Amino acid sequence: MTQVDEPRTRPPEGPDWLARATGVGASVGRSLLLPTLAVITALLIGALIIAFSDVQNVPLLFSDTPTALSRMWNEVATAYRALFLGSVGSVNAISESLFAATPLLLAGLGIALGFRAGLFNIGAQGQMLIGGVSATYVGIYVSAPAIVHIPLTILAGLAGGMLWGGLAGLLKARTGAHEVITTIMGNFIALFLVQWLLTTSVLQDPGRNNPQSAALAETSHLPRIFGSQYRVTVGFLIALAAVFAVHWLLYRSSIGFEFRAVGSNPQAGSYAGMNVAVIVTLAMAVAGGLAGIAGANQVMGLQPYKASPALPGSVGFDAITVALLGRSNPIGVLWAALLFGALTAGGRAMQGAAQVPIDLVVVLQALIVIFVAAPAMIRAIFRVKGGTEDTTPLTSGWGS
Amino acid sequence: MALELRGVTKRFPGVVANDNVSLSVEPGEVVALLGENGAGKTTLMNILYGLYTPDEGTVLIGGEEIELGSTADAIAAGIGMVHQHFMLVPVFTVTENVILGQEPTGVAGMIDRDRARKTVMDISERYKLRVEPEALIENISVGVQQRVEIIKVLDRKARFVIFDEPTAVLTPQEVEEFFGILNGLKEDGKGIIFITHKLGEALNVADRIVVMRQGKVVAEVRPEEVDNQRLAELMVGRPVDLTVPKGPQSVGEVVLEVSDLVVVDDRKVRAVDGISFQVRAGEIVGIAGVQGNGQTELIEGVTGMRPIVSGSVLVNGTDVTKASPRQLHRLGVSHIPEDRQESGLVLDFTVAENMILDSYYEDPFSRGVVMDWDDIRETAKRLVNQYDVRTPGIDVPVSNLSGGNQQKVIVAREFDREVDLVIAAQPTRGIDVGSIEYIHTQIVAKRDAGAAVLLVSSELDEVRALADRILVMFHGRMVGEFSPGSDITDIGLAMLGSTA
Repeated sequence: MTQVDEPRTRPPEGPDWLARATGVGASVGRSLLLPTLAVITALLIGALIIAFSDVQNVPLLFSDTPTALSRMWNEVATAYRALFLGSVGSVNAISESLFAATPLLLAGLGIALGFRAGLFNIGAQGQMLIGGVSATYVGIYVSAPAIVHIPLTILAGLAGGMLWGGLAGLLKARTGAHEVITTIMGNFIALFLVQWLLTTSVLQDPGRNNPQSAALAETSHLPRIFGSQYRVTVGFLIALAAVFAVHWLLYRSSIGFEFRAVGSNPQAGSYAGMNVAVIVTLAMAVAGGLAGIAGANQVMGLQPYKASPALPGSVGFDAITVALLGRSNPIGVLWAALLFGALTAGGRAMQGAAQVPIDLVVVLQALIVIFVAAPAMIRAIFRVKGGTEDTTPLTSGWGS
Repeated sequence: MALELRGVTKRFPGVVANDNVSLSVEPGEVVALLGENGAGKTTLMNILYGLYTPDEGTVLIGGEEIELGSTADAIAAGIGMVHQHFMLVPVFTVTENVILGQEPTGVAGMIDRDRARKTVMDISERYKLRVEPEALIENISVGVQQRVEIIKVLDRKARFVIFDEPTAVLTPQEVEEFFGILNGLKEDGKGIIFITHKLGEALNVADRIVVMRQGKVVAEVRPEEVDNQRLAELMVGRPVDLTVPKGPQSVGEVVLEVSDLVVVDDRKVRAVDGISFQVRAGEIVGIAGVQGNGQTELIEGVTGMRPIVSGSVLVNGTDVTKASPRQLHRLGVSHIPEDRQESGLVLDFTVAENMILDSYYEDPFSRGVVMDWDDIRETAKRLVNQYDVRTPGIDVPVSNLSGGNQQKVIVAREFDREVDLVIAAQPTRGIDVGSIEYIHTQIVAKRDAGAAVLLVSSELDEVRALADRILVMFHGRMVGEFSPGSDITDIGLAMLGSTA
């Protein structure tokens, strides 16, 4: 659906150099093969789970095997048909998939960027909350035409997220506090801060006593792109633009060069004259900013256009999975977010049509991640002849 | 009961690492396996240690063919290996490391610590391998860690011991001690294979020298039949100039002036304890000294990598005591860092990216924050050609290159501009003869072009070959100044702190 414009002289990115050295075509083929096989394997195991989750099938399998098999086949077929149709089978399905993918993509990009800079950002959840509340404030109190109000509200989300992420970065740069700890703690602080902010007279919806904001002004709502009956908004296009922006930042700009150098070998970065403390802080701020936009999307892009402490859902954590699945490569993150969006939308349809619990989608997501994370396993199952395995750790451990 | 390799061939995709290699070692004999990086020495030894299976050929002990499918087979056959990078658990004690994998157990499977300690002490005394059985590995020096590795091998009843570049990590005294240990093992009837690329060591300790080049054994000689020059030629395959040709000296203004410099190390100990010296344009000042006498901290202090406690550093009259590495770079200071993999390179980055690691932000590589990859790639291609970097391309990660070629990437990056001051720390550590020759030539060329050069090396031969003046560092102080023609024993004594 998107043609990624790869500049001819783009410097190589990530550890997948072997494929790149052998040409772009081979690279795309090779890098897509294993994830595709991983998805197929996960779907096959998911099929078994569906087949056996109907407990009546088990005794039937022994007494009347053909009937049991045909029942199982029908159940699996119904469920997967619903999953497929519910994710890409209609305009509405596609809209729902993209709608679900939007915040995952934005936050996932932030986390991927952190990984490239050697930072394990667990704080997308908190960054989304702070970004979301900042956007809410601007959305409620600024009155301007949509053309001004929307960018301004998004910028507020960006700023809020940058502040929250940058704080964790600053702590790491100044004191060496590990970002895993500070961002997790930051999530709790953000949650309770937002709960309190949403009960203040500034933000609380008048006449309520639970933490929920008033609705954002209509001029700050993100327009829907497929027409008013479909939920996907301009937010998706913004996320798409962010893919290119992050790609450009990491691989075409000197800031990204610094991020990647410091992420891979801070000592060499420092030897080469880079200011590691500033770079770490900046990388966390940018990562937080992207999650902040995801938070803004949650109040600007879906009804009832109000902020609550639940605004991130589980996006901040799912985005970590998306970033890992996308191998911390912006283009990879795009595909991973689209896949997860489709599974979410399709999962709801599957639950409705086939009475398969939506939890199965979570199981499928987990299986996909397991198989993507263990390429050696997929190679063994499908006997793919492989070169060297990518064993580059995405993040260093707990050592300072 | 000789250990013998007969007609061993091992192929990897695209290369023949070992091509019909035959080699033997008798009990009580030291065989030096000499060759450049990539000559196939390590592959051969990994075959002996059961890590690789040869495509052709056999391994025999006492004339009988043996099957080496795993390291366990090799250990069972009495073959032990001391790796270049030690295989020790830092948070375990010496004893725990020795017994790891074959713990002596007592009642209910409990580890019999007394027995374990006694074993370690026995071996330690018998072979004069002084160790503290209860010391943690992380608290003992590299030389002692190596002894632990040797005890491990002996505890496994090895009759043949393979040492992979055993002296690469040792200080000169530790090397001497190590040779003593080697002799002890030899007298005890162990057969020893000693992998090295240092000519002098092979000549000193070996009974026989086997030279490998490009996967083949090209010569087998006795040390008394050859000299340095001849061995180097055999190893490299062409005549090698071991002396560095230098032009006449024309000394200019003072470029680097260090006064009363004090720098502390990571443990806050004064590693550099009030040092003053000058380096003038057109001269190479070599700092000799046993490693660990403050040379690392001196260089880090001068290059802005470590804060200076007191004293001052001037470059061309500009005070750079508090300058950052980038400010120094801009003042025309080039720095070849001591540890190329830790500091000098980002190993995941490509050759091209490493070529611009400290100038990426400058015109023409960047305008504002926008990098110009066309220009960067052009430059990288030119540098790869000009500095003879052997690489499959500029887009492969620099980690794929050999040590010598990695070092050439750094030299290319640091030397390809107008520089007033070159600071080179251990510029040729652990690299092949061909690359050493090349890098020495480049350093001398910079001096001849009028740069001031500060060279730090723990290889006294290197300092003597390159430097116009030699300063000796001991315990954080300068204890002597010598001309390159000075008697080597005088310099050696100064390095040990004696002011004779």
